[in-house]
Amino acid sequence: MDQLQPLWSPVRLTLELASVATLCLLVVATPLAWWLARSRAKWKEVVATIVSLPMVLPATVLGFYILILLGPDGPGGALANLWGARTLAFTFTGLVIGSVISALPTVVQPIRNAFAAIGDRPLEAAATLRASPWQAFWRVALPLASPGLLSGAVLGFSHTVGNFGVVLMIGGNIPGRTRVMSTAIFDYVESMQWREANILAGGMVVFAFCVILSMILIQKRFEGSGL
Amino acid sequence: MTAHGIRAEFRSVLGDFTLDAAFEAPAAGVTALFGPSGCGKTTILRCIAGLLRIEDGFCDIDGDIWQDHKGRFVPTFRRPLGYVFQEASLFPHLSVRSNLLFGAPREKPKDRAEIDFDEVIDLLGIRPLLDRSPKNLSGGERQRVGIGRALLTQPKVLLMDEPLSALDRKTKSEILPFVEKLRDHFSLPIFYITHDLTEVERLADQVVLIEQGHVLASGPLAKLQSDPSLPLAMAREAAVILDGVIEAHDSAYGLVTVAVNGGRFIAPAEPAPPGERRRVRILAADVSLARENLGPSSMLNSEPARIVSAKIIDGNEMLVVLALGAEGQGGRLLSRVTRKSWDDLALSEGLAVFARVKGVALRPGRGDFAS
Repeated sequence: MDQLQPLWSPVRLTLELASVATLCLLVVATPLAWWLARSRAKWKEVVATIVSLPMVLPATVLGFYILILLGPDGPGGALANLWGARTLAFTFTGLVIGSVISALPTVVQPIRNAFAAIGDRPLEAAATLRASPWQAFWRVALPLASPGLLSGAVLGFSHTVGNFGVVLMIGGNIPGRTRVMSTAIFDYVESMQWREANILAGGMVVFAFCVILSMILIQKRFEGSGL
Repeated sequence: MTAHGIRAEFRSVLGDFTLDAAFEAPAAGVTALFGPSGCGKTTILRCIAGLLRIEDGFCDIDGDIWQDHKGRFVPTFRRPLGYVFQEASLFPHLSVRSNLLFGAPREKPKDRAEIDFDEVIDLLGIRPLLDRSPKNLSGGERQRVGIGRALLTQPKVLLMDEPLSALDRKTKSEILPFVEKLRDHFSLPIFYITHDLTEVERLADQVVLIEQGHVLASGPLAKLQSDPSLPLAMAREAAVILDGVIEAHDSAYGLVTVAVNGGRFIAPAEPAPPGERRRVRILAADVSLARENLGPSSMLNSEPARIVSAKIIDGNEMLVVLALGAEGQGGRLLSRVTRKSWDDLALSEGLAVFARVKGVALRPGRGDFAS
């Protein structure tokens, strides 16, 4: 059992990272998806394109720019200065920011679709029932879009768990601080520790299977309930 | 002049559709916005509700200015209105009860009588549905909940956008009485959009006739129905509605006598106490004309009237507008006769005649005794 002890650290870090990143993703993606679904601004598709970029860019490109963003000369460095640090790169906070940026398109898409599917009518009905736009959002739009929010959260969580390239570029794979499961597997394979690599890799396969299955089941349940 | 009235004006070009509608209506009773599909009725109602913002608009609801030409525009959620959509548009994630209470204010309205929750659900017959989900309701049930939800916001005015058009015939005839009860029970001005003439005849006190984004005419129902320059009177199903009071009931024959402005009509009906208000609907095609009140006839009704005007339609028919009463002082009536009868009887404008209507023509469901 003692030999498995070092495996726990990347697993715990991965779960922590994915949980924090998912929370941040929901906070960022929900208003963004709302705006993309409801706005009539002509340039909104430009914003949508920018949000989608992480989906197609190689992790090295994305990681490189995020690294610059987080580095001592970028806004991340300025932010880090507030608590006396030099940079956000190679830190947990940096990993969260990088994960949020890379997973954003995956999370925004289902939430945007869910908001769009609601249509104008329930919001108009809410307005005729004295609900301000803010109240209509909380009391009508969010509950009606909850299946989309749930898929977004699950996808964001699993995307962060499975993120390798960007994490490697900006996290530096520091044991105990930024070494997550995906990068740990890479190290174990490099150093020919097949058993450890196998346990982590196998675990991720099982995890991915569970995620996809639960997504399908969630979707089925919501469809069945007519939402 | 707008102290007890509703005034609305909306002008805009929306794509290839020009809206140029202005009308006034009393802030009481049912005002029907009537016209064919695509004439702009719904657009006007959405403008009144503030769901659609047209810059060149004005809306005064009984002294409350919701929109004016100086840039004032009260957002929908601050307008004390109730809105009933064509499809009920209930919130699927809430129970019927939560839907009903969604817009209910915490405080009672100060300037008007409160609409009571129990009163509304009993009137609409939706008490057994309260804990159900809207997903498990029939179309008619949903629409009743939608009406209740709008009423419970304690509105100053109720806007109804073809609330029956998404329902089948049978459900429609189930709901119509509820809307009638609504009109009679709550002293609430109602704007009612429809393209269905029977709904207008049963519900409306005033009518705003709309055609291609313009107001063709507006005024009391009976006045518009008997105006031969308007399509209502020219239609094959042209009819007039006369508001009356039950005078007597003949239980042996199952007939009632209804006194209307300038005359009285006998018609088959369920027993009803004298003094009760009734609407009599008389089809133009059911009214024949006679120069003299001749002896026995199966025509139960033969009322003196004067010919106000006449107009040839379809070449061989005449549409005759009559005013009830020997001096023509009463309500208007329409009659359709052949041109041959017109000539044979030597009828002319201003002439005193007898308007004859068979009793069975006034049977409920045909000549319709709507309550």
